[in-house]
Amino acid sequence: MSEPKTVKLVDGEKGNLIQITSLNLDGVMRRRLLDLGFVTGAIVEVIRKSPLGDPIAYRVSQTTIALRKEESSRIEGVLMTDGE
Amino acid sequence: MGNSYRVALAGNPNTGKSTLFNALTGLRQHTGNWAGKTVSLAQGNVQYKDKMFNLIDLPGTYSLFSNSSDEEVARNYIVFEKPDVTVVVLDATSLERNFNLALQVLEMTKNVIICINLIDVAEQQGISINERILTNRLGVPVIKISARNKKGFPMLLDTIDRIVTGAIECQPVQTTYADEIEDKIKKIEPKVSELIGNQMSARWVSLRLLDGDEKLLNEINQRYGQKERAE
Repeated sequence: MSEPKTVKLVDGEKGNLIQITSLNLDGVMRRRLLDLGFVTGAIVEVIRKSPLGDPIAYRVSQTTIALRKEESSRIEGVLMTDGE
Repeated sequence: MGNSYRVALAGNPNTGKSTLFNALTGLRQHTGNWAGKTVSLAQGNVQYKDKMFNLIDLPGTYSLFSNSSDEEVARNYIVFEKPDVTVVVLDATSLERNFNLALQVLEMTKNVIICINLIDVAEQQGISINERILTNRLGVPVIKISARNKKGFPMLLDTIDRIVTGAIECQPVQTTYADEIEDKIKKIEPKVSELIGNQMSARWVSLRLLDGDEKLLNEINQRYGQKERAE
């Protein structure tokens, strides 16, 4: 098995599964993202990117949520390779 | 009015609170399939045995930390208006997401019923839910219903009845936090308790203060400060 690769949500490609390891945000926005299911340990799927690459839609806890670059660049996780 | 009780309905957006509200009250509060549908508080009555339950349909929210005005409306109602019972409506197909709000409500108030709605849809998806285990773990009644098909209503109404008469005593599970936070709660909780008395859960207010929730502080000052001045 290769080293786990840490990526930012914003850099995920369509179809990638990313397990969240950290949220580098504070205050109300952090709270809001936690409420929506972006918590450490949660597995997020990159659903689709808008034509200009921002925002990006993610599947988290059975719901699709789109995030702007401002937020998705501050959420990090481990890329889970396909087929594992 | 001695046998009239206020029952608040809380829950995530689109979990069927308004459907439940309409089915129970016979009213036709408009329901719609989008988030943030219920912005103000709708009220209606249900007669059960010798009692009148006054149902209050709170706005649907993912959280109750007053990040937005609808969260503030719902939060303030539960904490300051103190309904006799708060029913938290959850979507059976999406419990993980929905329990965030449920656990928050359990921290805020004692008399809570966890009402798992859309149970028919969940069963079609192969999801089975053991409400007895949940009841034991959460310390409050957990009831499965289908608001659309009017299933589980007698059980729900009977449970509300038994809570207001004191036949069931709720002991909502309290989330335990990291030692650092728990230590701080221990430090400030006695003082908070001294100031607010039995008006609210001192533990919950302590947590909010540690989080720096100024909005709540202002709300407490406004509501209880004014009363003191008037007296």
